[in-house]
Amino acid sequence: MRRLLLLIPFVGTLLVPLYNFDKPALWGFPFFYWYLLAWVPLASLLTWVVYRSRSR
Amino acid sequence: MSGAVHWTAWAVFAVFFALVTVVGFAAARWRRADLTNLHEWGLGGRRFGTWVTWFLLGGDLYTAYTVIAVPALVYAVGAYGFFALPYTIIAYPFVFMVMPRLWNVCRRHEYLTISDFVEGRYASHWLALAIALTGVLATMPYIALQLVGMQVVFEAMGFGALRQGAEIALVFAFAVLALYTYTSGLRAPALIAFVKDAMIYIFVLAAIIVIPAQLGGYGAIFAAAEKSFAAQGGARGILLHAGQAMPFATLALGSAFALFLYPHAVTGTLAASSSNTIRRNAILLPIYSVALGLIALMGYMAIAAHVPVKGTAVVPALILQSFPQWFAGFCFAAIALGALVPAAIMSIGAANLVTRNIWRPYVNRNMSPAQESSVARNTSLAVKFGALIFVVFLPLEFAINLQLLGGIWMLQVFPAVIFGLFTRWFRANGLLAGWALGMALGTTLSWTQGVKPIYSLPGIGGVYIGLIALVANIALAVLITWVANLRGAARAGDATMAVDYEDCEMSRS
Repeated sequence: MRRLLLLIPFVGTLLVPLYNFDKPALWGFPFFYWYLLAWVPLASLLTWVVYRSRSR
Repeated sequence: MSGAVHWTAWAVFAVFFALVTVVGFAAARWRRADLTNLHEWGLGGRRFGTWVTWFLLGGDLYTAYTVIAVPALVYAVGAYGFFALPYTIIAYPFVFMVMPRLWNVCRRHEYLTISDFVEGRYASHWLALAIALTGVLATMPYIALQLVGMQVVFEAMGFGALRQGAEIALVFAFAVLALYTYTSGLRAPALIAFVKDAMIYIFVLAAIIVIPAQLGGYGAIFAAAEKSFAAQGGARGILLHAGQAMPFATLALGSAFALFLYPHAVTGTLAASSSNTIRRNAILLPIYSVALGLIALMGYMAIAAHVPVKGTAVVPALILQSFPQWFAGFCFAAIALGALVPAAIMSIGAANLVTRNIWRPYVNRNMSPAQESSVARNTSLAVKFGALIFVVFLPLEFAINLQLLGGIWMLQVFPAVIFGLFTRWFRANGLLAGWALGMALGTTLSWTQGVKPIYSLPGIGGVYIGLIALVANIALAVLITWVANLRGAARAGDATMAVDYEDCEMSRS
């Protein structure tokens, strides 16, 4: 079931202990911030994969 | 405020406001159709393709109040204010899973609102009425807050000696908005959203490049914020404190579940031309979430820039301090237009609910399409007027508190609508009782906390009250349905069939 991919962003962004740190920083952004921002395109990509698999 | 009037900013602002006003009235001619039909006035004829829907929903969901309030919260408390980011990340996979089903069934049965759907699904006037009232009640303070977003911008540009200047400008801007929404319906915000969103993206791009360059880079901005929070003490910081993780995560989850139940989000979704339009938007709308995350960072930039104000005035002050006046005027116009688009769609969404689910069943059962459209147009005027009264005569605190409660309330229609898209197992009376319990419990819990969104549960910690109420709501709906099934009570009819929720050729494209 490819649809289960859609659950991954929930796990990645709601389990706060996964990302509530300072280091490693990226371009001055503490980990907390760039990790969350990185999830935006990632969630989008996962949704796209599911979309593609629907319309075969 | 200093009392200074920023004339250049006002001039640039006025040019863009005039441009958008012309676009708003001209929208009536765009994809011309019979606007005396509610499907055309209130849903744009369900013909909006991927890009129009993207601009419309983006302009609709990321509001002026968001641009003002999220950085203000980040400015005040730090990382906790960033719950808006996980919230708008997980909202879209959820939209992808459920909203195409809603679009399909609504298209098949010509439903205009989620209450229409619930009435068809459960054959219950009362449940449909409960959901319509919840939607209208949650939307009113939301519109009021859009006005607040505009007011903040007006005050930053200044009025000099003119007292009540902000109120006068608000009344004027809202009167113009009300007139073109009345004339053009959903087409007006859909076209204006193109202008508004383009301006917001330019504003955000400039802000994330220019301001950090002035302040010594992002590292320096975060360091300044950290230092300031450490000096203030308490539950502030650029990382979450121990007790903040649960409130942060539950607030994000609950808000994501509630977002697409709001009438303005439903209206934007149902106006799409196909279910695949919605799926593509679930992939593309996150681009706005990146902008939102960067806008939130303006809270820290304001700290690093030592803006001389607090609260909602933080972003406008940062803009004035960082940009030349003409560009500040451009940014202010972007924010003010960011209030007009959602305010228009919210008033249309509320008007659709009032017309279809309150007026038609309880006042006039035999409305012609033209009468329907006329009731909706007048309701959209009344709703905006109500919001204006709210902002001009009541304390700001009142609108903010009601908007917060509105989120908790909106979440209580989740079982009837979202579960209803997948199963008809639940019974209408169970869902109605669950809704009533959720509304009462959510309101009471929030009230005991001084109208705050978080309640501390023993053994778990702080949890978003909307979710606590939702769990109680679902539990009661399950219990009542289960008992009724055991007793073998008769079931009401269901106007929909399983196939109505699936895609067909028409919905593919």
